[in-house]
Amino acid sequence: MKSAIAILTVVAFASVPLWLRDPYLMNALITTGIFIIGAMSLNLLLGFTGQLSLGHIAFFGIGAYVSALTSLGFDVGLPFGFRIVHVPWPPIVGFVLAIVVAGLCGYLVGLLSFRVRGAYFVIVTISFAEVVRLVALNWVELTQGPLALTNIPSITIGLPGLGDLTLRTKLQNYYLVLAVAVVTYVLISRLVHSHFGRAMRGLMENETLAVSVGIDVTRTLTLAAVISAGIAGAAGSLYAHYIRIIDPEVFAFINTVTMVIMVITGGKGSLAGPVVGGMIFGLLPVFLRPIMAPEAQWIAYGGVLIVILFVLPRGIVPSLALRFRKPKSRAETLAPVAFSERDAKEHA
Amino acid sequence: MTAIALEVEKVAVHFGGLVALSDMNFTVGEGEIVSLIGPNGAGKTTAFNVVTGFLDPTHGAVSYRGTSLNGLKPHQIADLGLIRTFQRTSVFPNDTVYDNLLVGLHRQGRVSLLEAIMGLPRARSSQRRLRERASELVEWVGLERRAHDLAGSLSYGEQRLVGVALALAAEPSMLLLDEPVSGMNASETHTFVQLVRNIRDRGVTILLVEHDMPMVMSVSDRIVVLNYGRIIAEGTPNVIRNDPAVIEAYLGQGATRA
Repeated sequence: MKSAIAILTVVAFASVPLWLRDPYLMNALITTGIFIIGAMSLNLLLGFTGQLSLGHIAFFGIGAYVSALTSLGFDVGLPFGFRIVHVPWPPIVGFVLAIVVAGLCGYLVGLLSFRVRGAYFVIVTISFAEVVRLVALNWVELTQGPLALTNIPSITIGLPGLGDLTLRTKLQNYYLVLAVAVVTYVLISRLVHSHFGRAMRGLMENETLAVSVGIDVTRTLTLAAVISAGIAGAAGSLYAHYIRIIDPEVFAFINTVTMVIMVITGGKGSLAGPVVGGMIFGLLPVFLRPIMAPEAQWIAYGGVLIVILFVLPRGIVPSLALRFRKPKSRAETLAPVAFSERDAKEHA
Repeated sequence: MTAIALEVEKVAVHFGGLVALSDMNFTVGEGEIVSLIGPNGAGKTTAFNVVTGFLDPTHGAVSYRGTSLNGLKPHQIADLGLIRTFQRTSVFPNDTVYDNLLVGLHRQGRVSLLEAIMGLPRARSSQRRLRERASELVEWVGLERRAHDLAGSLSYGEQRLVGVALALAAEPSMLLLDEPVSGMNASETHTFVQLVRNIRDRGVTILLVEHDMPMVMSVSDRIVVLNYGRIIAEGTPNVIRNDPAVIEAYLGQGATRA
């Protein structure tokens, strides 16, 4: 049933460009998709390990800058007379480097802060995002500071036998984002259903007990942070090559908050949660724009958030899942195991 | 004399000025069932925490099968096959019993992360093995009817069983049980004693902390009695039952008839 819903959802999303021609709406869908990927990465930490990263946009922004700089090239002076000159590489290399560098940052932040965890992790991540924002703002030689990095090239994909395809149009970018989102979803799904995912859940629910059965806290949490940050970096790279201009405002705290809201309303700890929450809060501005000023829209978001959490406190997806779950009959609770009977007799 | 599995040497634990344990020495042989008893606050759980790495001793050394445990983290000690249960927090409350055991099987399911993500055959077959093993364990502790209920919704006694099954899932060579039958009724306790014997017959060494004296007396090979952080007696159930110091400190006169 679940996989049927998943396939239907993908097909529905894939068919959108067939009937939707409005470029404004397409643009909204693409940026929403990119933010949903970011929200999915946040959910991996928040929903499955219980660690709230309130600086998650840092990994997204680092991905955006790394990818943009890789494909634009740069020439910066370093202390002691060193210079780094980088000639532009293809954007697809930037995409990969964005994942690697963001993942590396995730590793450092995770390693530093998981020793103390909880509120400290929240504080470390906020500070990290702010530091990265200040670097992006003030290292003008590298990032152009508030003047922004402009003319970022679109992503080019080499197709075997067909030559290169540069993704310039909204249609092409839509499918690119959809593809990355699907891959991310599958990746996270596999991850949380593996022994690694169970280790994360165990740590979240009862850390002492989890440790006593041999789960390594630092390794598990750091790995989750690396993967989460890497995915956020990938989303940032997509963003940079789609919007084609980035400035330090990408690190704004409000962007993290948007992702957190997407995860919480959709339902943290559920795979589909960030997708549902992301669609709501990604597309809300589109529908509110004709009737409200941008400042008033923020108030409306707050209102929607409160209403959703009041009616469905666990978030939309888990609450609905709970409501529609059929009670399992006792008989089918345990899959028959060939040798369990013998084993039971042995110990009787 | 069997080979020594666990050796606790001159262990002391001080919390600031409070001496929780002082100069504790005892050993547990391979395949033995040893109980640690004593009044509340005598240092039994502290001793458990030291052995399993949740607490660093102020002085002294603990070794298991010749490996020193000093400075090892709890999960590293678990990797040596030394697995414990807890007095209170014995389950993952928001997961089903079955999923609890899958978490407990963590040490068995180590395929690389990449294999798990790609869904490679080795990862799949490992998953299948873990599921089978979890089902076996659920049956072994007699909870197959509750397998798909949330562990937090079980009765206290049932949760203790899940706790033991969880520990068994980690394939211990030595099991440390912290008050496993508290909260169980007489018949549950009786079944539990059978379970403990079964576990030992599989070659698992057992160290037990328990207040239920009839249970301790019937199941233990040897008993170590603690009072105010010191060992005041050590020996077979019969010796302990008649030891005047133990009767004075803990058992009381009635216990001689137990």
